[in-house]
Amino acid sequence: MERMLRDKKAIALFILPAIIVYMFIVFVPIIWSGVYTFFDGVPGINFNYTGITNFTKLFTDRLFWQSLLTNLKYVGVVVTGQIILGLLVSFLLLFGIKRYNVLARTIIFFPVVLPTVAVAQLFVKIYEIAPQYGLINSILRVLRLDFLIQPWLGQPQTALWAICIADIWRAMGFYAIIFYVALINVKEEIIEAARLDGASGFALVRHILLPLIKPITGVALVLSVTGTLKVFESIVAMTAGGPGTSTTTLTIYMYNLAFKYGQYGYGSTVAVFILVECMVFALLINKLFLKDDKA
Amino acid sequence: MKKVGNYFSKFFIILFLCVQMYPIIWLLLSSVKSPSEFSLRAVYALPEKLTFSNYAVAWTAGKMGIYFRNSAIATLVALLLIITFSAPVSFAITKMKWKLSRITLTFFLLGITIPVQVMLIPLFIMYKNVGLLNSLLGLIIVYSAFGLPISIYLFVGFFKSVPNQMIEAAVIDGCNIFAVFTRIMLPLMKNAIATVLTIQFLFTWNDLVFSMTFISKMDLKTVQTGLMYFSGQFGQRQWGPTFASIVMSTLPTLLLYLFLNKVMIKGLTAGAVKG
Repeated sequence: MERMLRDKKAIALFILPAIIVYMFIVFVPIIWSGVYTFFDGVPGINFNYTGITNFTKLFTDRLFWQSLLTNLKYVGVVVTGQIILGLLVSFLLLFGIKRYNVLARTIIFFPVVLPTVAVAQLFVKIYEIAPQYGLINSILRVLRLDFLIQPWLGQPQTALWAICIADIWRAMGFYAIIFYVALINVKEEIIEAARLDGASGFALVRHILLPLIKPITGVALVLSVTGTLKVFESIVAMTAGGPGTSTTTLTIYMYNLAFKYGQYGYGSTVAVFILVECMVFALLINKLFLKDDKA
Repeated sequence: MKKVGNYFSKFFIILFLCVQMYPIIWLLLSSVKSPSEFSLRAVYALPEKLTFSNYAVAWTAGKMGIYFRNSAIATLVALLLIITFSAPVSFAITKMKWKLSRITLTFFLLGITIPVQVMLIPLFIMYKNVGLLNSLLGLIIVYSAFGLPISIYLFVGFFKSVPNQMIEAAVIDGCNIFAVFTRIMLPLMKNAIATVLTIQFLFTWNDLVFSMTFISKMDLKTVQTGLMYFSGQFGQRQWGPTFASIVMSTLPTLLLYLFLNKVMIKGLTAGAVKG
């Protein structure tokens, strides 16, 4: 028995296929990305070692800073929306609905599984102004709010916010369900005890439930922040970074650098920056939410 | 007071449900409107009669048929490979005894946190050198490799819940380690396999970034890239076919969700809830 579970040949046979595929397709490219950051040009044609030039270039690159700022604005709005609405809906599911609870959860979660591109194209139609009014502009028309009718995705002032709303809509259900599962795992006795002590409604939520689901809130924040830092598909499918560069986030900037302008080295540098950014934020949130737990 | 609060939350939950559902209902209704309805009546109006010609246009002129075939091939083969690769390695990590098992698990789980963008450029260059650009095989390979971390994470959780006594009993009955895996473990993993398959179906079917980077030939595009191209090309003028193609691209997901929503919700939130 023991010998069988230590059989080296069997272990190798079980693990090697996965390790080889993963090594070549996921792991080796990570290393290469790191290497590319010290080069300029196109690999195999005119790839030159340039030292840390790519990194110093980041500091003076106006478009890089602008994309970073756009990205952070997007993160701020979408994370706030996803977490706050997620929490709100989870409490509503917990207190407001008993009989059709499963159905309600199934509906709330549904947009999460839809293809990003399809949702994005749907919202393009919702925001449309020409040749026909989309859903929002037609409703504004009926409400006689004609002065609000505008090309939501077609102008720099509103495009980013319009994308934020679409992405909050798409992912909010995911957070609602995570919080809901955490809430129903809170022991019945704790809630009963709190109720006996006179806590009800808002006080129960604020002083008992929210602190109890704090670890899950931390996890949700990490998922939401890293997910939004990496945002790519929904923006590509709605505006492709435009109009101008008003919705160009770091991932889109990186993609354009590499695949539009052939700057593979500099593109990799921006990619590595995104990775570092994700790790720093994840660590920071973990620290904030774990430190308080011990206290 | 309590009653008022109750009605209050009922009102809001219904409001949220409407907000979540209405765009999808609008999409479905719009996909069966005739072209003249878009220009003559408001977009939120109900369709006068059901016209399915939009679907025909999207399927043939819009090449959705071709994109569907490509996506179906890439997704099915990738799913098969993901299970073949991830189930054995997860079994070895959880149930067998070797020094590097924990590190191997960490090594795989690392892949969950690292943004795809970091691997994209080197992969593109690698693919260019070995001629895997513009091939479904290239897509299948990335889908299977990038599907491993989450699949292994899910499988490891399931294998852990199987008591070791099951293995002992099988060994006493004369099974060797491969028979333990294929005859005892895999049949017990039905739920795990279903979860991994549905989750990976979503990721693979919904993929845009790999297919738009590695595929430029029209006849090899997948549903999501094809949809982008189609609406970029015709979306402005032809609303009906655009809506129809959006519906088609979501139809497999929609049907799966109808039957397997519990599995999907559990699988997608598993990582977060276990923390």
